[in-house]
Amino acid sequence: MIDTKSILKMSLVSLKVNKMRSALTSLGIIIGVSAVIIMLAVGSGASKKVQQNMESMGSNLLTIRSASAKSGGVRQGIGSKPSLTIKDAETILKNVEGIEALSPVSSENKQLMYGNQNWSTTVYAVMPSYFYIKNYEIDYGRGISMEDNRNYAKVAVLGSTVATELFGDLDPIGRVIRVGNIPFKIIGVTKTKGSAGPFDQDDLIFIPITTAQRKVFGTAFPGTVNMIIAKGENSETLNQTEKDIDEFLTARHHISKNQEKDFEIRNSAEFQEKMQSTVQTFAILLASIASVSLLVGGIGIMNIMLVSVTERTKEIGIRMAIGAKAQDIRLQFLIEAVILSLSGGLIGILTGVIGAMLVEMLSSGLSVQISMFSIILSFAFSGIIGVAFGYYPAHKASLLNPIDALRYE
Amino acid sequence: MALIEAKNIIKTYITGDEHFNALNGVSLSIEKGEFVAIMGASGSGKSTFMNMLGCLDKPNSGTYVLDGINVTDLNLNELADVRNLKMGFVFQGFNLISRTTALDNVQLPMIYKGIEEEERVKRAYEVLEIVGLKGREHHMPNQISGGQQQRVAIARAIANDPPLILADEPTGNLDTKMSIEIMNFFVKMNEEMGKTIVLVTHESDIAEYCKRVVHFKDGSIISDEVKRK
Repeated sequence: MIDTKSILKMSLVSLKVNKMRSALTSLGIIIGVSAVIIMLAVGSGASKKVQQNMESMGSNLLTIRSASAKSGGVRQGIGSKPSLTIKDAETILKNVEGIEALSPVSSENKQLMYGNQNWSTTVYAVMPSYFYIKNYEIDYGRGISMEDNRNYAKVAVLGSTVATELFGDLDPIGRVIRVGNIPFKIIGVTKTKGSAGPFDQDDLIFIPITTAQRKVFGTAFPGTVNMIIAKGENSETLNQTEKDIDEFLTARHHISKNQEKDFEIRNSAEFQEKMQSTVQTFAILLASIASVSLLVGGIGIMNIMLVSVTERTKEIGIRMAIGAKAQDIRLQFLIEAVILSLSGGLIGILTGVIGAMLVEMLSSGLSVQISMFSIILSFAFSGIIGVAFGYYPAHKASLLNPIDALRYE
Repeated sequence: MALIEAKNIIKTYITGDEHFNALNGVSLSIEKGEFVAIMGASGSGKSTFMNMLGCLDKPNSGTYVLDGINVTDLNLNELADVRNLKMGFVFQGFNLISRTTALDNVQLPMIYKGIEEEERVKRAYEVLEIVGLKGREHHMPNQISGGQQQRVAIARAIANDPPLILADEPTGNLDTKMSIEIMNFFVKMNEEMGKTIVLVTHESDIAEYCKRVVHFKDGSIISDEVKRK
């Protein structure tokens, strides 16, 4: 039995004889593998970025809003008919299972003033749990407490953008700003979260919701809030929790079956899933395009191997005459094809990783994530391509008739 | 027992509707240690017969027993083994693998026999020395003369130490001086190494080196004379 090591050596010698051709053949695979690695890296980088954005906005969230008002058949925007109250929020938390935290929220745009500085921003009237639900962390100072809510305290926590705009380098803690015309003492500043899409998550301030209802926000419906935001305990039970809240509020608001509900619940998981699947579709699309180039590389190998078999017909005849079996010839040509594709694969991994890093460096904000999986996948794929596209030429070589092959000039 | 025992070999080529008998029931027996020249005009069937002897082609009918093995019964893989172990080929056009060193060319039959590399290289150096190419082991075929290339081919033919050497016009591409050198080497292989040699030629002065001359014409043997023992 002929040993594989000797065949491997013979294959390497043959490839070395045609250095330029071997290099060009591998080039197809190099480009293909690089493309797959870069595309997968860009795809999973984008996916991770979306994930992070989602998490910064808070996960497993249920947002309960007042439904739209109807006047003379003309429907207005959501929340235009305030129906939710702080009391609703409190009873939901007490009666519905699966809620980890919950906060009623009202918001309004207000002009802020400090000395001769002023800034227009959104004022969020919240309970202390809001910070946790929406992943806001206190950078310095403190957050809003239950006590602030009980005492209708005129205290405010600033988003980092607002802190910078109003105070620059000054320490804002303890200073008093005016929200509308009402003085608020600043007790804390949140950590920068960055933007989610075009929305700057740090351009806002927080005040206790009780204070807001009593002193800041004028409303035609006293005691109502814009929305109630709840964080579910986990993603699996979120849909059930959503249903439970729906049923509970329907009963609590005395809404009969044929009546339109005066509230609406949105589930963040649905949105997140949609976003994720969009990004994933995009990533798969990129990887498929890259795979096509890998496939083309494989066809290149087949092409060259076919040329090589024809060109080396006489050599094949000589080998057969002195004792090579069909399978020895087949194995030699197959190994040559696999060496070409695997070495192309290895170099492709290297250039792919470098390429992915370059993409990250040259593009602004696009993060790439090179996974071990994509490296192993594309390497294995290049090996498979070597076998798949190398087999036909190798088989063709092994079927040659030694007499005809020897006569070939 | 004879080394080669061919009986009633018939080989027919079919082109379209025409049947052409390349060999018309040829029988030939060759003993161990013989040095046989096969002569004949082109188309006489001598090359077809050599292909049969070399197990490169199968007859349509008849039997061929080589060294006790009935070759006509073997499958393609077994035929490859017979070619590898029982015979060495020397061709008119040398048929070395180009851009491959003399040492690697000589190793080929041993690779297909499955001999370990260390032993293989040692044996390759040995046979290259026997054919007088010591110091040329790492030359490529295109870096040495025709005579030297043919000697590499001879070294390759005897690498596995087969009993039979088949030579197809081995001096056809060589000048007179080199032809004499090569033929003397065939005589040496026959007399000192005990190889049985079957050599196809159409030059009578080459046939002079052989002990027995067989003439082919139109697919049959027309004369078979032993010149010396």
